[in-house]
Amino acid sequence: MRAPERQPEARGGAFAALRQALAVYPGIVRGLGATLALGVVAAAGRVVVPYVVQQTIDTGLRSDSGPRLDYVMEMAGLAALAICLTGVAACLMNFRMLSAAESGLANLRTAAFRRTHGLPMLSEDSERRGAQVSRVTTDVDTMSAFLQTGGLLLVLSISQMTVATALMLVYSWQLTLLVWLCFAPLFLSMPALQRRAAGAYGAVRRRVAELMSAILESVNGVATIRMYGAGRLALAKLDAIVRRHQEEATRALMVSATSFAPGVLLSGLVVVLVVTVGSWWGMDNGMTVGEIFAFVFLVQLFTVPLQTGTERLNELQNAVSGWRRVVAVLEAPAYVDDPGPRGKPLPPGPVEVRFDNVSYAYPDSPTVLWDVNLTLPAGSKVAVVGETGSGKSTMGKLMSRVIDPAAGRILLNDVDLREVALADVRERVTLVPQDGFLFDDALGTNIAWGRPRVTTGDLWRVLDELALGEWVRGLPHGLDTPVGPRGENLSAGERQLVSLARAYLSNPDLLVLDEATSSVDPVLETRLRQAMDHVARSRTLIVIAHRLSTAEAAELVVVVDNGRVVDIGRHADLVVRCGVYQRLQASWRVRQDKAEATSEGGARTTRMQ
Amino acid sequence: MGLSVPFSSKASRLGNGFHVVWIGMRLEPRLFSVAVLGGIAYGVGMAASGWVLGRLTHEVLMPAFAAGHLDGAELARWAGVLCGIAVVTAGGVLARRAVAGKVMHRLQARYRRLLIRKYLDMPPSWHHRRPAGQLLAVATSDIEATWQVFAPLPMGVSVLAMIVTGGAALLAADLQLGAIGLALLPALVVLNWGYQRRAAPLAARVQALRGEVASVAQESFAGSHVVKSLGLEDFEAERFQRSVGTLRDASITVGRARVLFDTVIEGLAPLCVLAALAVGAVRVAGGDADVGDVVEVAYLIGMLALPVRSLGPVLGELIRAAAGWERLSAVLHDDDAMGYGDRRADGSGGVAISLRAVGYRYPDADGSAPPVLRDVNLEIPGGRTVAVVGSTGSGKSTFASLLVRLTDPTEGSVLFDGVDVRELSQRALADCALLVTQETFVLDDTVRNNVLFGADLSDGAVWEALEVVRLADFVSGLPSGLDTPVGEQGAILSGGQRQRLGLARAVIRSPRLLVLDDATSAVDPHVEGEILHRVCEAFQDTSLVLISNRMAAILVADEIVHLESGSVHDRGGHAEVLARSASYRRLVSAYARSAARDGQS
Repeated sequence: MRAPERQPEARGGAFAALRQALAVYPGIVRGLGATLALGVVAAAGRVVVPYVVQQTIDTGLRSDSGPRLDYVMEMAGLAALAICLTGVAACLMNFRMLSAAESGLANLRTAAFRRTHGLPMLSEDSERRGAQVSRVTTDVDTMSAFLQTGGLLLVLSISQMTVATALMLVYSWQLTLLVWLCFAPLFLSMPALQRRAAGAYGAVRRRVAELMSAILESVNGVATIRMYGAGRLALAKLDAIVRRHQEEATRALMVSATSFAPGVLLSGLVVVLVVTVGSWWGMDNGMTVGEIFAFVFLVQLFTVPLQTGTERLNELQNAVSGWRRVVAVLEAPAYVDDPGPRGKPLPPGPVEVRFDNVSYAYPDSPTVLWDVNLTLPAGSKVAVVGETGSGKSTMGKLMSRVIDPAAGRILLNDVDLREVALADVRERVTLVPQDGFLFDDALGTNIAWGRPRVTTGDLWRVLDELALGEWVRGLPHGLDTPVGPRGENLSAGERQLVSLARAYLSNPDLLVLDEATSSVDPVLETRLRQAMDHVARSRTLIVIAHRLSTAEAAELVVVVDNGRVVDIGRHADLVVRCGVYQRLQASWRVRQDKAEATSEGGARTTRMQ
Repeated sequence: MGLSVPFSSKASRLGNGFHVVWIGMRLEPRLFSVAVLGGIAYGVGMAASGWVLGRLTHEVLMPAFAAGHLDGAELARWAGVLCGIAVVTAGGVLARRAVAGKVMHRLQARYRRLLIRKYLDMPPSWHHRRPAGQLLAVATSDIEATWQVFAPLPMGVSVLAMIVTGGAALLAADLQLGAIGLALLPALVVLNWGYQRRAAPLAARVQALRGEVASVAQESFAGSHVVKSLGLEDFEAERFQRSVGTLRDASITVGRARVLFDTVIEGLAPLCVLAALAVGAVRVAGGDADVGDVVEVAYLIGMLALPVRSLGPVLGELIRAAAGWERLSAVLHDDDAMGYGDRRADGSGGVAISLRAVGYRYPDADGSAPPVLRDVNLEIPGGRTVAVVGSTGSGKSTFASLLVRLTDPTEGSVLFDGVDVRELSQRALADCALLVTQETFVLDDTVRNNVLFGADLSDGAVWEALEVVRLADFVSGLPSGLDTPVGEQGAILSGGQRQRLGLARAVIRSPRLLVLDDATSAVDPHVEGEILHRVCEAFQDTSLVLISNRMAAILVADEIVHLESGSVHDRGGHAEVLARSASYRRLVSAYARSAARDGQS
């Protein structure tokens, strides 16, 4: 029943993805040369044991003159030393891998996080938030395991197999050929198996994202779900998603298990083959028992990395499926193009806003704004009015460049908004939405969010200027009052006050309030508005509202109807000439008059019959 | 900030790991046994192949090479035995891995379901104290950490089988040399002890930090519109980077401990082989052992190297399991659930509400928080429409959530028809009283399911409800009507439409008490008035509580309750209160007066 979720994923094979990883984050393989050198030492160390075993047996124990104790001891001592060196090398190598991998991933997480903030705002087809969180948490985690050990083990496995093959060749090229022939089918089937694994792990990652989105949704709606006794509905949905995740995860696991077991079987059978054929054939061709057994050891040195290598390849597929999702975020187009430092400067002072033939439509939706042309003078106090869905909020988003027009231009002080560095726009233009989001921290910290240099004095100055000082002083802990997750310790109106103070502190030259005080009580709202009007600094103030008083108090009123600006002017003029405005006025007026009537006419039955 | 789960060093971390294993084994005894049997088959198979190879050398090949003649039939027999062992070993591996993974995912899914139920069971006050990102991390990363151990565990069990089998074979081959091989075991015990002491608290810290990273990400993405409009992207990225950096450092520390442990474990077996060879050489020289025995022992110890190495991951996972379990069980065992009674609400018509000496204050560590509500006494007869007005921060919203028992008062009681709401069952409460707030929770689902919200009613009823809230025209204009998906958080809807959808959801259930907490704040004034009018019409017999300072609400109310600073300041008819109370006058006429003044200036 849900809309199909759009979960972008980068395409291409595992190695393409790895190349991409290296291109974006060379840090992941920082100092790889030294690490690999240590790895070669570590791999070489593993070959020491079978060689010593063979030497000890053939030269030491089975020598014609009886066991040569000195020789055995010497060899064992050397080998012990080699093992210790191997250990140190392996340890150092792993430490290096670990640091490089974790640092690279930390950077990757941060980059993906930063990028996610550059994605388009939540809209019909945007990705669910839980899925976004999954990309910077669990998806990156899948890479961690592989990069820490897996990647290197894969390299080690291959080098160990190479070394083992070389040594096997020294003993007998015929037997070596036999071993390789036996494993040929396994090698040949590997690409197909890897593709299967990639598909399976990709599905698991998508299910994890789906799971996180669903859990997040239920956690956010827990009060409503509880109140409506709709727990069963929520659980049915969540249980189904948990089950789907379990099925996919189990399937991925089966793929990996079924590609591992044949390797084990083959390894066992090859040992048998080497022992029988080796002794049968070797007896006539001058191989000793020691040589045959050294060969068997080498076969094991060959098969163990073969098995673990298969395993690592599966882990690689898992890591790649996570990587694809992270990379997709890094490569996704930003919600708006930022000209960055090359951008034109925005002339200082109050901002003049001009809409030049602007149209807008949300993705896959009908047009909400048609061919808007208007100029709002610098320093003016403007009200934008119109019915719900008329497009007035979209105008607010356009002039603060949260979205770009589909056609036409928005000009601030005669500069196309798209040509100004985004950082400049954010500094000069602030949009305050209706639902002021608060972070789980103190109230004062929330007002100063993102401005570490703001002092308590600054906060009080702003609050007092906005006539909010009294309110904050009345709170249990003043500026230190914890607002709770999502600010839920405060009421909706109080959250709006914090958002407003936050925007005000940023001291923009263009302030756009989109129903930003809709939940604040009338007395306070009126006081706020007067405070803002009287503050010395002149700025352009655009208030999107559906209250009569706002429109009446504004210097300029923009009337929006059905996606078109139908009139602009002073309240007094609009009342006379604009039909839409008269209609809006009438509907407001009726309510106000009724109130006046009730207050004068005494009690009356208000239950509508 | 974070979830209040301690991650201090605890006495028996590994004990917790074993506890997790024990729980899992009890929950999935059959599958787990199959996996362990598979593991044992693998272990025994590996050891047996070593043993058989040894015997083959000793009894067939050495004499044969000495004599220069090989008995083909006998060699084939031995080869057959070895092939059989290889098949059993591979089968064991398949069973172990496939089934162990199945066990792991079954346990994960089981605990996810438990956890989800817990989340839905806990009252909003519990959720207010916990960032959603932390809860998300428990459901993913912590549950994974807890049950991941079941993937390598059967291998761990089979390692024991290998060590026992291999050990027996070792001792059988040569008592003294075998003893050298078995000296591995006490060394392993000592190493593990040291490792777990060092790594366990680190692993717990990593889990806690993962939760924090998720929490920061979730919060920041949830506030993305604010982050964008204030241009705080880089600031947020730095904040995220700080917690990611801490996680990175902790992961590196825990990883290093693991690497060190793995390296030492890995070096142990080859060192033992060398020791066995050295001692073996002495014994062969002294005539106490023969070369075949030494070869066999060396081979067997070599075979043991692999399983011994695989003990490392099991122990690493056990420690992670303990860390995950600590956080998971802290949530599961958190006993903050708001219990329900078992009484049904039998009455019909509007609920008569009584508030008796009701007070509320937020839970606060030092108890110094001033009360949000104090000593509220109120009787609202059934079927009445009441408007609750008051300035911002006067306690209106707390009042609303107490009425429908989203929160319990810290003092006093709320009664429905004379029954304390705490004695009502959840069903009775849900059937009886509904609250619609201004921030509508919208399911990522269709219009229909958002209105029904689990209620079993016809499309006709849905349309009727949409009609009451004046949304029917909009919905019939949507591409798929009632089947149109509304997107996450109702992305395709405007603020006012979302609120109306939330209202329709309540309307369709015909509750006996309907509380609207500024539920139409984003709706155009004339539409708002019309909707409230229709709601009043549709709910003649319902008790309606409208929390709002707006004229539209005041106009339809029979009675006004004026809240100020957490207590009832005044109540009565609109005109009555207006005449009596100056602060009420200020509140309701603020807009008109300010407009008038602005007009003059």
